[in-house]
Amino acid sequence: MTDTIIDIKHLSKSFGDKQVLNDINLYIRRGEFVTLLGPSGCGKTTLLRMIAGFLQPTEGSILMDGKELAGIPPHQRPLNTVFQRYALFPHLDVYDNVAFGLKLKKLPKEEIDKKVRRVLKLVAMSDYEDRDVETLSGGQQQRIAIARAIVNQPKVLLLDEPLAALDLKMRKDMQTELKEMHKKLGITFVYVTHDQEEALTLSDTIVVINQGKIQQIGTPTDIYNEPVNSFVADFIGESNILNGTMLQDRRVSFIGHDFDCVDEGFGENVPVDVVVRPEDIYFTKDPAKTQFTAVVKSCVFKGVHYEMFVDTDTGNELMIQDYDPYGVGETVQLYIDPDDIQVMKKERVCNTLEGVWNGDYIDFEKPEFSLPTEGLKHDFPKGTKVKVEIPFSSVDLLDDIDGGLTNGEVHFILYKGDHYHLTIRTEDRGYFWVDTQDIWDKGDLVGINIKNKGLKIQPIEDEKA
Amino acid sequence: MRKFAARAYIWVLLILMYAPLVFIAIFSFTESRVLGSWDGFSTKLYQNLLTGNMQGNASLLSAVQNTLIIALIAALVSMMLGTIAAIGIHNLKGRKKQAITFLNNVPMINPDIITGVSLFLLFVFLGISQGYLTVILAHITFCTPYVVLSVMPKLQRMDSNIYEAALDLGATPAQAFWKVLVPELKPGMISGFILAFTMSLDDFAVTFFTRGTIGLDTLSTYIYADARKGGLTPELRPLMTLIFLVVLILLLVINIRQARIAKKNYIKQKLYKY
Repeated sequence: MTDTIIDIKHLSKSFGDKQVLNDINLYIRRGEFVTLLGPSGCGKTTLLRMIAGFLQPTEGSILMDGKELAGIPPHQRPLNTVFQRYALFPHLDVYDNVAFGLKLKKLPKEEIDKKVRRVLKLVAMSDYEDRDVETLSGGQQQRIAIARAIVNQPKVLLLDEPLAALDLKMRKDMQTELKEMHKKLGITFVYVTHDQEEALTLSDTIVVINQGKIQQIGTPTDIYNEPVNSFVADFIGESNILNGTMLQDRRVSFIGHDFDCVDEGFGENVPVDVVVRPEDIYFTKDPAKTQFTAVVKSCVFKGVHYEMFVDTDTGNELMIQDYDPYGVGETVQLYIDPDDIQVMKKERVCNTLEGVWNGDYIDFEKPEFSLPTEGLKHDFPKGTKVKVEIPFSSVDLLDDIDGGLTNGEVHFILYKGDHYHLTIRTEDRGYFWVDTQDIWDKGDLVGINIKNKGLKIQPIEDEKA
Repeated sequence: MRKFAARAYIWVLLILMYAPLVFIAIFSFTESRVLGSWDGFSTKLYQNLLTGNMQGNASLLSAVQNTLIIALIAALVSMMLGTIAAIGIHNLKGRKKQAITFLNNVPMINPDIITGVSLFLLFVFLGISQGYLTVILAHITFCTPYVVLSVMPKLQRMDSNIYEAALDLGATPAQAFWKVLVPELKPGMISGFILAFTMSLDDFAVTFFTRGTIGLDTLSTYIYADARKGGLTPELRPLMTLIFLVVLILLLVINIRQARIAKKNYIKQKLYKY
């Protein structure tokens, strides 16, 4: 027996021409509690459904105990699923729901009886055997759904947002119970959720997924303290995500100040993203410690701590959490420990698109649109393939969805202290990244225009020619 | 005054609707050959009907038998076809689903006479000799869309994961179908069956055009022929009365069932709100 129970290699899934998962590589250790975490539509449920066997991969493979799972129908896979809305059988009572899998296996009656009773006791539903499942509350139905799955002693239990339909208090209770159940049973849990707090509470390992790609794999503390990119930093917990410049090893500049940090190996004067958690910005009265000053803009009590927004002396907005409140309008002195500054490589510094120069227009394939060449200082023979770099600030968003060159939907919003960094997804699943001062909401439909400012156009050399 | 008018209106309507039925029921208890004359109370016609000892044409009973057999087979087969079709349509997406649902609805609005004539032409074209088989095929054809229509809502209200849950727990697709889908869809299937049965029972136009020339008669074609020969067989009166009673009881059963389910759901919602 190896330590790895599920091994996913180069897994991709497309529905028609929409790619939902892109080259997923992941292994799951025996007995581990793994959470697939991501916003809705990121592909996490698709991944779970492929492990369960309800969907077939477009490419790649899923191995379980070293054996390929593709081609094995769901009813022959040694794993069970807890579905989002429980999916209990309404025409059967509690006992028969739980016994469903065992009866199919044609186990002797006494054995079924023993197993069902044991598992009902485990989920604290012993007295409900004869109840009609539809008369149970959401939390009770959830327990039955879990009992129905684990009574079959699967090697892996798949859970698809099992607590999403419960109210907050019930959810917290069930989290604790799930964690205990996992410890008691020793079964591998693969858990899908969009709730970052739930993921941090429950998991041994978190797999953060966005736009069909794995962003980061790690323990909850790793992911919280050392997010690899701005998406993960923003998605997990509260954070200040800021544009910065790595001056040299262990020295980074952001919000107009230079700071010591612990990161190395980025090079000199390289643009980076900087993450500082709101609880890692400290107030001080000591001028020697002070790194910058700010004016408190708002202060709200959040139960354990106060949440404050401050404007720094250089015009950036920061979120700070502290046990002590500071008055609105007060000027405060602040510092950040080198340890608490997380520096991340920028995923991109501009929009890079490849298209074909057609005289009056440059035609792009994905996202599909044509950019007028009037006013551009370049000229190429028709049919030249070109690479176009468009700065984030040269993309204009319009209220009128038909007023621009193309249109799209606001897909992801990141606040960077003094501006918003938006990801716009076009209908054909192409992406634009935009820096703007304007406030947009997620899901807004926008027209997209390209300003002729700072565009860089280069012909692409055909390498082989 | 206004209240009185409203009540009177309802009663007039009900009387208009039910008078013919009451009329025929009353005159089923008299022996008179001519409808409308009262020769004193008698259950003779009922006795004749049940013993088969008819004053009139003895083929009435065989027509009744044909009607029941055809309705039963047609309803059973269309229940199965319609249920499978409904599952298929339910699993389609977007425009395809809309298109197929529309195609399913057209035959229901289509006048019977057109369905009948076109089936007649089709059978002639295919060279199928007309008789029992063609009538049953024709009835299945126009009954199936009604079953689809009564099963679809059940599918829409069903948790879409329960079929997968059954597979996940080790059921083969066939087991999942029988152990989970069918029990869930059963109420819809039963009401589809009853609907198909009654549709088949009272069909005239389609049967008339597809029964061929072998002398196959169902109740409706029998009555039609009988009436043209002059005067209705008196035993039709008790027969009509009995059929009406059976349909009435069926309807009551369905309604009471639905009321019970609705009440149960209401109580559940009230007790276990979350």
